[in-house]
Amino acid sequence: MERQAFQKIYTHLTNITKATVTLEAGDVGYEEMAIVHGRLAQVVKIMGKMITLQVFSGTEGIPTDAEILFLGRPPQLKVSDELSGRFFNAYGDPIDGGPEINGEIRDIGSPSVNPVRRKQPSQLIATGIAGIDLNNSLVSGQKIPFFADPDQPYNQVMASVALRAKTDKIILGGMGLTNDDYLYFKNVFENAGALEKIISFVNTTDNPPVERLLIPDMALTAAEYFAVDKNESVLVLLTDMTLFADALSIVSNRMDQIPSKDSMPGSLYSDLARIYEKAVQFPSGGSITIIAVTTLSGGDITHAIPDNTGYITEGQLFLRRDTEIGKVIVDPFRSLSRLKQLVIGKQTREDHPQVMNAAIRLYADASNARTKMENGFDLTDYDERTLEYAKAYSEKLLAIDVNVDTETMLSISWDLFSTHFSKAEVGIKAAITEKYWKN
Amino acid sequence: MERKNKTTGKVVGIVANLVIVETNGPVAQNEICFIHLGQENLMAEVIKIVGIKAYVQVFESTRGLKVGTSVTFEGHLLEVTLGPGILSKNYDGLQNDLDKMKGVFLTRGEYTDPLERDSLWNFSPIAKVGDTVYAGSWLGEVMENSIPHKIMVPFKLEKKYTVRSIVQAGTYTVDTTIATIKDDEGNEIAISMVQKWPVKMPIKAYDNKPRPFKLLETGVRCIDTLNPITEGGTGFIPGPFGTGKTVLQHAISKQAEADIVIIAACGERANEVVEIFTEFPELEDPRTGRKLIERTIIIANTSNMPVAAREASVYTAMTLAEYYRSMGLKILLMADSTSRWAQALREMSNRLEELPGPDAFPMDLSAVISNFYARAGFVYLPNGTTGSITFIGTVSPAGGNLKEPVTESTRKAARCFYGLSQARADSKRYPAIDAIESYSKYLEYPEVQTYLEKNLGKEWLGQVLQAKDILLRGKEAMEQINILGDDSVPLVFHDKYWKSELIDFIILQQDAFDKIDASCPMNRQQYMLTSVLKVANTEFKFDGFEEIGGFFKSIINIYKQMNYSEFQSEKFTQYESELNTLVSNKQVNE
Repeated sequence: MERQAFQKIYTHLTNITKATVTLEAGDVGYEEMAIVHGRLAQVVKIMGKMITLQVFSGTEGIPTDAEILFLGRPPQLKVSDELSGRFFNAYGDPIDGGPEINGEIRDIGSPSVNPVRRKQPSQLIATGIAGIDLNNSLVSGQKIPFFADPDQPYNQVMASVALRAKTDKIILGGMGLTNDDYLYFKNVFENAGALEKIISFVNTTDNPPVERLLIPDMALTAAEYFAVDKNESVLVLLTDMTLFADALSIVSNRMDQIPSKDSMPGSLYSDLARIYEKAVQFPSGGSITIIAVTTLSGGDITHAIPDNTGYITEGQLFLRRDTEIGKVIVDPFRSLSRLKQLVIGKQTREDHPQVMNAAIRLYADASNARTKMENGFDLTDYDERTLEYAKAYSEKLLAIDVNVDTETMLSISWDLFSTHFSKAEVGIKAAITEKYWKN
Repeated sequence: MERKNKTTGKVVGIVANLVIVETNGPVAQNEICFIHLGQENLMAEVIKIVGIKAYVQVFESTRGLKVGTSVTFEGHLLEVTLGPGILSKNYDGLQNDLDKMKGVFLTRGEYTDPLERDSLWNFSPIAKVGDTVYAGSWLGEVMENSIPHKIMVPFKLEKKYTVRSIVQAGTYTVDTTIATIKDDEGNEIAISMVQKWPVKMPIKAYDNKPRPFKLLETGVRCIDTLNPITEGGTGFIPGPFGTGKTVLQHAISKQAEADIVIIAACGERANEVVEIFTEFPELEDPRTGRKLIERTIIIANTSNMPVAAREASVYTAMTLAEYYRSMGLKILLMADSTSRWAQALREMSNRLEELPGPDAFPMDLSAVISNFYARAGFVYLPNGTTGSITFIGTVSPAGGNLKEPVTESTRKAARCFYGLSQARADSKRYPAIDAIESYSKYLEYPEVQTYLEKNLGKEWLGQVLQAKDILLRGKEAMEQINILGDDSVPLVFHDKYWKSELIDFIILQQDAFDKIDASCPMNRQQYMLTSVLKVANTEFKFDGFEEIGGFFKSIINIYKQMNYSEFQSEKFTQYESELNTLVSNKQVNE
């Protein structure tokens, strides 16, 4: 593979675990790549002469007399415009049958952006989905995950967000994707005729889990190339980050580290932050926006993975099936976009913030009324009206199949307000109510 | 710890940012060393010593580091540089000036000077030749933005000294000798405007530290009115993600009545720091009319920056605060978030293979947190003036569980607790401080009570406690209503519930994004509470529970418009009279 003359080849492994091998060797750099028995590996621990390597594709079948060759470099990716439209594996090798990429070699996992060199995100990314645009607007340079149960259509929603958003490049980092989902993404992108702006790094469930650890860095190295060198706006899709975190815990477990909450490594927060914080708006106009998926088990957001993610990302989006209307909606209570304040009422109409809050508050009243109804209590006239309102709000705005512009979303909201409530019940600032109230 | 010959060593082991160094001489716990990797010098701190092996935590990425790399020990602990020119700077956790760094990305091994060596400062002397001085005594001052920055006898000088000479008023660079002092043995020491201090040691150049007694106004009703914090007080804000910790912290740092605000963004989101970078140069300080950035120092060690420097960042921030406190200033120090700092400790303890405490945190977590909070406080300086550091830290409890180790340990150390509630955040009741669960121990201090009585009147404390009672009774009433149903409880339950909702909507809730409502001065807070309590103490006559809800909703709506209007403006009074009419129509006449 990358063998060069005069390079020392080692042939004796002293320890082998399911994910790591250890050998005696000298002059080895930390995080350096190596080839162990034909498989890629990376240095994760050096103790005197004992070097521990993490073997990405697993150690099955590796003998103690395996050949080990150190490559003298960290993991790298070749970057150039040729990346566009292509599919790669976790090592950055093409898997679509196309030719090798020519380009500049870059180390992956580059240093962080100096915070004073960042620009405050300020560009609205419209998706047409009111549950997002109206209640949880996305902004370029933001990082936000979908918190979803495995049975929810998160990959579909993410694909349609990606295709509707006006960005120059879309980079998919697929970790532990089922082959079906991989083909789904491939089809959707191809059918949309947008393939030339899409780059995919994919690790499917057929591949070994530890390989996934390379996917986010590969995707983000490509993203930084387009955002920094080409000043493009790049949208990075990472799915599924829960499987990435699981791979982290496998490695830390094999290295005998003491687990913290939920058997996750103590460094989980820093490990996730290193990835998500690559989301950035550069002053030069380039940007990296990250939309990720974190699958939950049974909707539990207190588990270490979603919990740490929530503290890092700028909000989260929840999908929920609304049985009243029989559709999947973006849950207005639990979803949040922290950066929305930077654009709503500024890039959108002035009444946006107040309308958004009032609409959600009334929706909350409806959910109280529903609890009352379920407990067998009589409903007041107000309760009845909130319930009617909630159904219409869910149907016309929250459902993920809605695709309208923000102005229309606001107009629909005012329609709903005046149909079901009085001005005092809506409780929006008088100046705004007078201007937009529909009689 | 100064040594004639620097101790050196060689790298023998590497696990992430923990490096093991074999040394050839004496080393001290927490000593700083540099690992010479090619052209780059990586800074590290000794955290454990076993025989001749020093375990060091590296403040940078260790990628490419090899066994055998040489290391030099510096003979001092992690220090900050103190002098004029710190205000409005953006530092990283090790006090590197971020603006001086080249390039978009942070370069490993790049360290920048925290001060401007070429700037001239207008110095005027305070001390005279012959004066007796100690560490922290004021020798002179320069104007730093609008703050009188005192040039002090370095804190490291522990003896009694006599001033031998001092320069005349004039402009000087920070490195100019501005005074010479002499100890009893006749040793002369030249003093410049710059000194260094190790961050993990508290600066104790004060006479005594009494219990805090003065209210520190933050403009946030939920804090000032119900659970006030004092000058020199400590508080913490725990809350699950998405409950508005950061918005609340930013609001406090914008509005609080402090001379200097230091923000330690410790392991949090970079975009939040960028928000401060962007907004503070634009925003006006309501008290001085100058830009907020002029009185602000930002320590940014965001979550993707090296984890060991994250731990250092809170200490750096605290040391800068202590430096300015010694000048007789009021400092507000905010750290967001102390959980990330605790996690940095955990990552290290884990790599050192120490036996873990609860949730794999180190066993001494509680002591570390208490020691840190203890560095805040109100002090009397030797010259009779006062200074204070008010410290508010946020805590990000794992899974929103307030029983986790960081929250529990902080609860023992901090005197104010501002618990953010998920339920309140879900129903968009911001700031989401749970007024019933939260507390301020300061309300129980007799000296604080005296202060409140003097400044806000005899009735104030009683009013505050009454508001709290109404909130609690309202909550109980609501629980009963939820169990028994609207029409199965007496009307008085609805009355109680809605009166608590009135306080909730008008006093507790505050729109941080509205120009007027965002900051509420104390006199306005007092006016509003008095007004709301008057309604809450009024007996009304209602025919049914639906009427009660309707009535209070319209009252709340008018009150909200008042909150959105300029205090005592025409509009404000107009709403007020509208309100009075509404109230008197429903009132039971005696």
